[in-house]
Amino acid sequence: MVMEVLPRASGLPSAERQRWMYERMSLIRQFEERLKWLVETGVPVGPVHYYIGQEAVAVGVCAALDKGDWIASTHRGHGHCIAKEVSVASMMAELFGKATGSNRGKGGSMHITDITKGILGVNPINGAGVAHAVGAALSAKVRKTKQVSVAFFGEGAAGVGTLHECMNMAAIWKLPVIFVCENNGYAQTTPFEYANAAPNVADRASAYRMPGVIVDGQDVLAVWEATVAAVARARSGEGPSLIECKTYRYFGHHQGDDTKRYRLPEEERAARERDCLTLFRERCKMQGPLATLELDEIDAKNKAAMDEAVDFARTSPLPEAVELWTNVYVPNGRLSS
Amino acid sequence: MTSADSTLRELSFGQAINEGLRQEMRRDPNVIVLGEDIAGAAGRAHLGFVDAWGGPMRATRGLIQEFGAERVIDTPISEMGFVGAAVGAAMTGLRPVVEVMFVDLIGMCYDQIINQAAKMHYMMGGKVEVPLVIRTAFGTRGDKRSYGGGAAAHHSQTLYSTLAHIPGLKVVVPSTAYNAKGLTISAIRDNGPVVVLEHKFLGLQAKGHVPEESYLVPIGKAEIVRRGTDVTLCGAGRMVHLCLEAADALAKEQISAEVIDLLTLNPLDEETIFQSVRQTHRLVVVDEDTPVCSVARDIAARVAERAFDYLDAPIKTVTAADTPVPFSAVLEALYTPRAEQILAAVHEQIE
Repeated sequence: MVMEVLPRASGLPSAERQRWMYERMSLIRQFEERLKWLVETGVPVGPVHYYIGQEAVAVGVCAALDKGDWIASTHRGHGHCIAKEVSVASMMAELFGKATGSNRGKGGSMHITDITKGILGVNPINGAGVAHAVGAALSAKVRKTKQVSVAFFGEGAAGVGTLHECMNMAAIWKLPVIFVCENNGYAQTTPFEYANAAPNVADRASAYRMPGVIVDGQDVLAVWEATVAAVARARSGEGPSLIECKTYRYFGHHQGDDTKRYRLPEEERAARERDCLTLFRERCKMQGPLATLELDEIDAKNKAAMDEAVDFARTSPLPEAVELWTNVYVPNGRLSS
Repeated sequence: MTSADSTLRELSFGQAINEGLRQEMRRDPNVIVLGEDIAGAAGRAHLGFVDAWGGPMRATRGLIQEFGAERVIDTPISEMGFVGAAVGAAMTGLRPVVEVMFVDLIGMCYDQIINQAAKMHYMMGGKVEVPLVIRTAFGTRGDKRSYGGGAAAHHSQTLYSTLAHIPGLKVVVPSTAYNAKGLTISAIRDNGPVVVLEHKFLGLQAKGHVPEESYLVPIGKAEIVRRGTDVTLCGAGRMVHLCLEAADALAKEQISAEVIDLLTLNPLDEETIFQSVRQTHRLVVVDEDTPVCSVARDIAARVAERAFDYLDAPIKTVTAADTPVPFSAVLEALYTPRAEQILAAVHEQIE
């Protein structure tokens, strides 16, 4: 199979960028661990899909984007939001159904988002967000803004027809979009090897004449490197790319799912041995640029941020009853300036 | 209750559907089931994993162990493809039972349901049969918790109005374990496409006696589940239990409410509704779907057209709010119909 390859990015991210990358990965991990603890102590937050294990994908991709670039997320979207710097306090308040939540209590986990941060939505309809990312790329091309957009999707959504339609359109129109498949191995309980005819989602790229690469999704720098190349290609008008990040979700599909019914313990153990945060810390120990002490300080700062976020969520007011009826129709005039 | 009654076997809603599917699969080798994670851990029997999931209500759990992966088929996330394939399979000799995990996902396969399955028999001049069943979970929870919420705008909808609207498509909504099993079997034996909408949050309300033998609950027939003389309350699914709750409260005020379980939304059993209204002279229709172009307003219109002379008060509808389903539990509880709204409607009619 002929597969175009992306040119390699030269060098590493700056020390400051790497610091940001660790800070975001650590914050995602802490957000999700705190959320998991809240769920397990009986706090009702609705259905949630933990991102734990996949942090390097969201962060590696978003580290290669500008603030003005777009992403479209999935049902497993908390990590993408934090990588795009959505306030964790507003996210936690949203999960608590509070008026101060990122979506004013109307969205919950499966819609948690902040459009002002360049997120087109967290979306539990598989593959739906992929089309929105393609639309944002079309918009950027028509409006000549030089923005790029990223369509995050799971390997499960690779089964959805929308994905094929979107990849084809993006290719024929040379849209500045990057398709990022987070292949964590399982669509709910359905193993990837059962649901996909080919061994990799990236194999599809050649059919649409776009570069397709497979990346170690536990290595944030590898994800970053591939995304930098895809962003450069997109911004220069050469068209879309497909990046498949091989990763792993540590816990069930959602909080009620028991992975022991479909995964071997040794597989889970092996995956956790390649934890993205641990790999980053070990790399720093050997090569820098961050000292272990600095990394510990980042963790401590994030812990304090999570304490504040949970306090904010707990003490925030519930939505007023009238909020049921607001925002149903878009008011005329509000969006145009 | 006699001592014999207390030994009657009780099943949950999901178990009753499971038994209906299982008995039909035993009876007819052409019955297959397919959908996402309907068994789970697909292709991993060699590692000792089978049956990891079984659908949102575990209604398909265990089927793969009895009938194998040839007839219990886990699909990729490809609703347009596998619902369409089920249409093709139904046209060529199988009786597929497809699970669309949540009704909110119906948009992904709406063409195959409304343009293909529903119209095929008509378009071919009656020369083809489409014995297809589409099972799908729907509904809001309706109980208010301190905070947090339910499953929000993409996993809580009812949407059955958009299916009942389509000529050629039968739409049924069971409310108890008993009628869930009977309607499932009737849907499988029907030679045309039938959508079975299974409420996610019936839980204990729906649990009840289910005979072990196979039986049919007829499609197109409503059931009077409580006799009354002053007002008729009607609804489907969880709303039947809400009507019964309201009827209990009304009884304490010496108001006698009749409750009709619609069971089938299309074709609607108009006669049962008309007959009831002729006796009670008042009608409140309760509908978990949003109000515009709804089953509630359709029933109101039919009664207004055909039984107007028997009415002593304007027909009332109690529906979900005309909004998307909000996440926050306090808002979701306001969104979905409540018993107090039914009482208020009846009070308006009687005072």
